[in-house]
Amino acid sequence: MRVRASTSFSASVDPIIRWRTEPAGPARRFSLRRDVSTVARKPVIPGLKLSLGVTLFYVGLIIALPIGALIFKAASLGPADYWSIVSSPRAVASYRVTVLAALGATFFNLFFGLALAWVLVRYDFPGRRIVDAIVDLPFALPTAVAGIALTALFAPNGWFGSILMDWGIRVAYTPLGIMIAMSFTSLPFIVRTVQPVLEDLDPALEEAAQSLGGSDASIFAKVILPLLAPALMAGVSLSFARSLGEFGAIIFIAGNQPMQTEITALLAYIRLEEFNYPAAAAIASVLLFTAFVMLAVTNAAQAWALRYTRRG
Amino acid sequence: MKIVLDQVEKTFDSFRAVHGVSLEIGSGELVALLGPSGSGKTTILRMVAGLEYTDGGQIFFGDQDATDIPVRDRGVGFVFQHYALFPHMTVAENIGFGMKVSKVRRSKAEIATRVRELLSLVQLEGLGDRFPLQISGGQRQRVALARALAVDPKVLLLDEPFGALDANVRRDLRRWLREIHDELGITTLFVTHDQEEALDLADRVVILDKGRIVQEGTPQEVCRAPGSAFVMRFLGDANRFDADVKQGEAELAGLRLPAPGVPDGKAQVFVRPADLDWAQQGEGLPARILRVIDRPEKRRILALTERDETVELDVDVDTVVSPKEQGFLRIRRASVFAA
Repeated sequence: MRVRASTSFSASVDPIIRWRTEPAGPARRFSLRRDVSTVARKPVIPGLKLSLGVTLFYVGLIIALPIGALIFKAASLGPADYWSIVSSPRAVASYRVTVLAALGATFFNLFFGLALAWVLVRYDFPGRRIVDAIVDLPFALPTAVAGIALTALFAPNGWFGSILMDWGIRVAYTPLGIMIAMSFTSLPFIVRTVQPVLEDLDPALEEAAQSLGGSDASIFAKVILPLLAPALMAGVSLSFARSLGEFGAIIFIAGNQPMQTEITALLAYIRLEEFNYPAAAAIASVLLFTAFVMLAVTNAAQAWALRYTRRG
Repeated sequence: MKIVLDQVEKTFDSFRAVHGVSLEIGSGELVALLGPSGSGKTTILRMVAGLEYTDGGQIFFGDQDATDIPVRDRGVGFVFQHYALFPHMTVAENIGFGMKVSKVRRSKAEIATRVRELLSLVQLEGLGDRFPLQISGGQRQRVALARALAVDPKVLLLDEPFGALDANVRRDLRRWLREIHDELGITTLFVTHDQEEALDLADRVVILDKGRIVQEGTPQEVCRAPGSAFVMRFLGDANRFDADVKQGEAELAGLRLPAPGVPDGKAQVFVRPADLDWAQQGEGLPARILRVIDRPEKRRILALTERDETVELDVDVDTVVSPKEQGFLRIRRASVFAA
C-alpha cells in the first residue's frame, strides 16, 4: 500500500521535502504488510535534500526528458498529419497484432507465471534453486539472442517447429511467434511479483479455511487468489507494458510482414531509419499512451483490491 | 463430544515431538494443555484438529475413529494464536465463510441472521462491516472465535488464543471465554504456556514436557500435589534447597520435613515464596535480606541464606523489613522430590 505523502510532513524538515514512511516503487506497491501509518518521522539518514535532488535530476534527465522530446517531436506535426500517420492502415494493423499478441502473452504468463511461482514457493524439489535462477534469464539475456534462439527452435526446420509443422501449426513468422517471444521476455515480471507475496502468505489462513470446511478449490478462489490479486495485477501490467515495447526478441521470429506480422515498435524503427522522425515519434506516442493508460488502470485496480488495508 | 487420544505419536524428521500420549477429554469439559515451548502441546492440538497427521496411535471423537478424517470433515473449530482472519474479508464475511463454503446449503438471509447472532455472542455488534486490520487484537480474537463457532463444531480447539494480547485484555478475554464455554457446553481443548491462564480457565490441566504428559488433574490437584520437580517449578516460583532424606523425612539445616515415599539419599526440597515466613528472631534458616520488591498485593523479599542460596519469599504488605536485615526463614509447606 502506498502512503500518500500529503499528511507525512515533519515539522522540522523543510516543507518541500516529504519523508515517506515506506519506500515507493513497484516492489512495495502491492505489499500486504500493514505499516500504513502516516506518522511524520524525522529522517535517520542525513543528506535527504541532496539525495532527493540527485534522484529527481536523474529521473528528469533519463526518463522525463526523452519522453518530453518524443511528445514534442510528435507535436511538431499538425493534428491532421498526426492523425493520418497514427491511423494509417499499416499502423493500425501493427497496433492490432502488437496488442493482441501482448494480451495473449500476458494471459499465458498470468497462468504459467502464477503456477511457476506457486511451485517455487510451495514445493521443495531437487533443482528448485536452479529453476528459480533460470526464471531471471529472460531479464539477463540480450533480447536479440533470445529472438535468434526462439527463431531457430520454432523455424519450420527447427526442433519444435518441425514437430509443430506436422500438426499443421506454424509459429515462426506468424503472430503466434510474436506472442511466444513476448511471453518469453515478460514471464519474470509475473513470477517475481507474485513470489514474495505468496511466500508471505500466512499458512494459518489456509488451515483456518480448511478447518471451516472449505474445499481446495474454494480456498484457492476465495482466500488465496484475492490476496494474490494485487501482485498479479502489478505483474500483469508490467508484463503487458513490456510486451508492447518488446523489439529485439520479436523481429527475428516475426517475419515482419507489413499488415500481418509487423509490430508497432518495428514500424516506428522503420520510420526512424527513413529519417522520418515526426512519424516515428507519432507512432511511438501511441505506444506510450497505451502503456500509461494500462499502468493507470492497474494502479486504480490495485488500490481497490487493497482497500482492506486502509485503517479507520 | 468426548475426545480420546490413544498412544498418539508424532515425529518431525528425526525429532520426536510427541511420545505415545494418551488422554481423555470428557464431553463438555474445558481442558488446558500446558507446557513450555517444545513440549509438544501445539502438535497434539493440531493432531486433534487434523492439521497434522499422527505417526502412531488413534484419536477418537465419541465412538468414531477420527484419526484419518481430514480437517475439513472433522467438525472442529480452530482458533489460531495470530487469529488467521482473512484480511480481505469484512468481519461479517469472515464469520460467514464457513457457512458459505459448507456442503450444507444455506440461504443468504440465513447466513446473515447467524452472523448477527454470533456477533452479539462475541459482543461485537456493529463491527460487521469493518476489515480485520481496522479492529483491535482482542476484537480480532473474538471474531476468530465467532468464525470457528459458526460451523457448529463438535469440538473447539484454541492454540495459545491469548498469547498475542496485552495482559489486561488477556484476563478479560479468558473469563469471557469461560462464560461462553459454560453457555454453549462445547468440548474445548486449549494450548497455553501460561500457567496462570491454564489454572484460571480450565476444568482440568494437562502438563506436558518433552512430548510426554507429566501430570494431569484439576487446577487444585496439580497445584497442591505436584507430581515432580518439573511440575512444581513450572506452575510457579519455587525455591530449591538441597537436602538429605532418611526414612521419609528430609533434613534441611536442622529442620525435619515430611517426605513420604521419597527414597533415602539426596533430595530437592521446593518451597513456594508464599510458604516461607520471615522472622527477626527465633528459629529457622538464618538469612540476610538482599532486596525488597514491592508489588500491589505483597512484598517480595530476596534473601541469601548462610548456605549461599538465594531465596524469594512473599510477606504481607504491612511487614516492616529492610535490606541487609538479618533474620530467619521458616518453612510452612514444602514438596520434596528425589534428586
